[in-house]
Amino acid sequence: MTAASIHIAGERLMLDPEGVLWWPARRLLAVADLHLEKGSSLAARGALVPPYDSRATLDRLLPLVRRYKPERLVALGDSFHDRHGAARLAREDAARIAALAQSVELIWVLGNHDPAPPEGLPGVTTEALREGPLTFLHDATGRPGEISGHLHPKAAIATRGKWVSRACFVADARRVLLPAFGAYTGGLDVRDQAIRALFPRGGRAFLLGRGRLYSFTLAELREAEPA
Amino acid sequence: MLAEARAGRSALLIAPTGAGKTLAGFLPSLAALAEDPRPGLHTLYVSPLKALATDIARNLTRPVAEMGLPIAIETRTGDTDAATRRRQREAPPQILLTTPESLAVMLSMEDAGRTFAGLSTIVVDEIHALAGTKRGDQLALGLSRLATLSPAARRVGLSATVPHRAPLVAFLSADGRGGDVAIVEAPEGAAPDITVRLPDGPLPWSGHMGLLAAPAIYDLIRSAGTAIVFVNTRAQAELVFQALWRLNDDALPIALHHGSLAREQRAKVEAAMAEGRLKAVVATSSLDLGIDWGDVDLVIQVGAPKGVSRLMQRIGRANHRWDEPSRAILVPANRFEVLECRCAVAGVAARDLDGDPPPPGGLDVLAQHILGVVCSGPIHPDDLYAEVTRAAPYADLLRQDFDDVVRFVEDGGYALAAYERYRKLFRDAEGRLHVANARVARQHRMNIGTIVEAPLLKVKLGRGFGGHVLGEIEEYFVSMLQPGDTFMFAGRLLRFERLHETMVECSPGKGDDPKVPAYAGGRLPLTTSLADRVRALLQDPAQWHDLPEDVAEWLRLQKSRSRLPGRNDLLVETFPRGGRWFLVAYCFEGRNAHQTLGMLLTRRMERAGFGPLGFVATDYVVAVWSAHQPTRVADLFGEDMLGDDLEEWMAESSMLRRTFRNVAVIAGLVDRHHPGSEKSRRQVTVNTDLIYDVLRKHEPDHVLLRATQADAARGLVDVGRVAALLKRAKGRVVHMALSRVSPLAVPVLLEVGKESVAGAGEDALLAEAEEAALVAEALGEAEPPPAPVHPVHRANAARDRHRPSGHALGTQGRATLRTIRGRRQGELPLPE
Repeated sequence: MTAASIHIAGERLMLDPEGVLWWPARRLLAVADLHLEKGSSLAARGALVPPYDSRATLDRLLPLVRRYKPERLVALGDSFHDRHGAARLAREDAARIAALAQSVELIWVLGNHDPAPPEGLPGVTTEALREGPLTFLHDATGRPGEISGHLHPKAAIATRGKWVSRACFVADARRVLLPAFGAYTGGLDVRDQAIRALFPRGGRAFLLGRGRLYSFTLAELREAEPA
Repeated sequence: MLAEARAGRSALLIAPTGAGKTLAGFLPSLAALAEDPRPGLHTLYVSPLKALATDIARNLTRPVAEMGLPIAIETRTGDTDAATRRRQREAPPQILLTTPESLAVMLSMEDAGRTFAGLSTIVVDEIHALAGTKRGDQLALGLSRLATLSPAARRVGLSATVPHRAPLVAFLSADGRGGDVAIVEAPEGAAPDITVRLPDGPLPWSGHMGLLAAPAIYDLIRSAGTAIVFVNTRAQAELVFQALWRLNDDALPIALHHGSLAREQRAKVEAAMAEGRLKAVVATSSLDLGIDWGDVDLVIQVGAPKGVSRLMQRIGRANHRWDEPSRAILVPANRFEVLECRCAVAGVAARDLDGDPPPPGGLDVLAQHILGVVCSGPIHPDDLYAEVTRAAPYADLLRQDFDDVVRFVEDGGYALAAYERYRKLFRDAEGRLHVANARVARQHRMNIGTIVEAPLLKVKLGRGFGGHVLGEIEEYFVSMLQPGDTFMFAGRLLRFERLHETMVECSPGKGDDPKVPAYAGGRLPLTTSLADRVRALLQDPAQWHDLPEDVAEWLRLQKSRSRLPGRNDLLVETFPRGGRWFLVAYCFEGRNAHQTLGMLLTRRMERAGFGPLGFVATDYVVAVWSAHQPTRVADLFGEDMLGDDLEEWMAESSMLRRTFRNVAVIAGLVDRHHPGSEKSRRQVTVNTDLIYDVLRKHEPDHVLLRATQADAARGLVDVGRVAALLKRAKGRVVHMALSRVSPLAVPVLLEVGKESVAGAGEDALLAEAEEAALVAEALGEAEPPPAPVHPVHRANAARDRHRPSGHALGTQGRATLRTIRGRRQGELPLPE
């Protein structure tokens, strides 16, 4: 497992190939767009997709928490797919989150999908977490030092043989955009205007791979850009 | 026919195309209605093609009106407006012509029982084209439902000549097992007159487009009355069409027809053809079935026919007078295709039809049907099971599978019972199934159907509100275009301007190097029986005397340098070339099975330490290249390949994912993809690839995964044929360790780099791309250099450098860019 190290506002941050951000100096782990209970949210609208998404998401997240042993775990919003998501969690999934809160301070940043604190779960709720020169929030505003989610960045690269598309981090010297972590979360191509606007001077995409990241400049990824 | 009708018996009418069988199917109904013109639905006609239903309605209406018979004849298709549909349910015409999908919608209505109560006859047209497909499954289930609603109705099936007639008889029978169906067989028509036309000059070693033969094809068109030029893929259709227009100094009216063109465009071509205004039409399988055009007197098949039945179907499109021979000319594009064409001609002469017997019905289609039945009214599962097993594709359905499908429809059928409150069905005190609410029924009716399209984008000539839509292309192809790129579509050279929402906006293009959209799954694989014929021909030098000298010489050389593939063995050659080792297996199992085999072989070679680097599959062979010499070759082809290797590969195969997507859509797990509402839908849909991953991990035995695996046994993955091959090859692998490439291996080696699917995993490809980008950055180049190219790619490297990204592009069952070079392309006349 090789994390990539980047510097923002003088702080060293590690991008983990599983899609989480680690700030060693503050022992802070950030994860974006968990979209827990997206499955049951869809089921309520008539699409009875497999109800295992929260379980699958936690199955990936908890080992990371065990590995980094953070003091704080910041969920960058849209942690639940809708405002009643937390109430729908299976008992064992809710219990796993509660157990997590025994060793880690949970910080729920509010997102557009979950604009209210999660019912019945431990942890602190906030609009944005300011920590030193950095701000952890759901949707970037454009100010420097922001660590955000919301946009679900992904990128496609032409390789020999075929195009490979992966979720990715996007970063420049001022900000980091985290990939969506949830099992049922799709992606928005980094060539989309919503992402490009945040990186006017270019940046780098770090595509998630098996045990490592693959990094490309946005310019390289924009070669095949539709107008 | 009339005799069977009076006896009230169901009948299967088998006749070659052009024998007027559709009219024969209607005669008893017309006779009965003339005697007793009672109101209410009397005869239901189901056709696989909307256009066919419309055409037949027209052809029936005229004589009926002339005879002054008070018989109402109407169509009911996806194009019928809501008011007419409602009226048709309340006061149905005596004769209604429809499609399997529209029938399913009607059967899901609460008043279905009333609509179909008095039905006396059901006519199923082109039944051979439906049986064995998911649309056929849907229709079979619809027929079993009709048997419950209108038990007195007799069935009439109309079919072309087929290799397996028992499944068709079963399909038509009320018990699903072939009981009480008479077979009425028309005499065979005159044997067709088929010749093979070779391109001028030396025979090409590889390539499938057949463009070298364009001048010959043009001359054939000029000398014919009206011709259909059949090709195998949409990309080939675009290229052949363009090549013909480049030669078209006489300005002959030549048109283009394929499944991606806008419906209006296709309708225009069909109308022009029907009115005899066209000299020729270049077409894909979009014209394999359809309205009879009496004036077509020549069918030209460009490229290998791939199967005898398919060739006969196509030939049948010429000269619909069954007592006169149809005239057809086959134009092979390369040496292997010469062999295949020769064998296909022999196969047609021997009337040796090919095609597999239909597989058991899909569980995904069953799920859709079950919900539809419950939408029409409550039903007990026992009764529904009994009804469903009277449909031939489900005659052997296990009760356990049926119950699992019912559970899936009810609440998803997951071991984790999380969706109690979102159930779509509930059971009353007697155990009968009811639909949970009106919304479920409404949503279901909107999503009926078994045809699942890849995500498509509309292609528009012009910007903004103006312009007109030419047709649709796969989203994937568009993602590879840059503004300013030119591509061939609908016979025009277009310049890509921008992607505006879900419209691909284009302007007329100019230039030298257009791309051609290619489509997934457009190519049918070589059939088993035609492959057998090719193998037999290879084995028997006595039959080579009438082969072109180039080809005979090629085979003689192969015989002396290596050996010829035997009828019952599996020839595998290995040889070094350009610092790499090649392994070429002559399996003759068709491209799809070879793709799967190539994936599995590279896994095993990886484990054996041979360092496989990639592979390429054609219809005839699979070739793998590796860093080290493959040894103990027979072991590589062990039957255990279908165990863990297959299991692992299925976890990440993009083709399996696509298969799952189709299953999920048909079964109603997710709604159909609707481009055009992309943004707002992002929150209410989830990518089926993600569902596939989660479901495989947490409930690998779920009924939808079982349905996916059943589909994978055939079609794009074709595990069934791989299994058959491994079984046949057991103990019969003949390994020839050669010092250099054999003559028979040359064609596939020329395909390397053109059609290759890289054997490497996605992560290896990403690492390679990253390295290339890094090198470019370090050297300060504006553009990254081409990705490292395998030595055998070198011949293509120059071409690849012209590509926008500088990388060679291949296919992964999706889309590819094909570069073509041409002159005067900007001046193509526009087709009308």
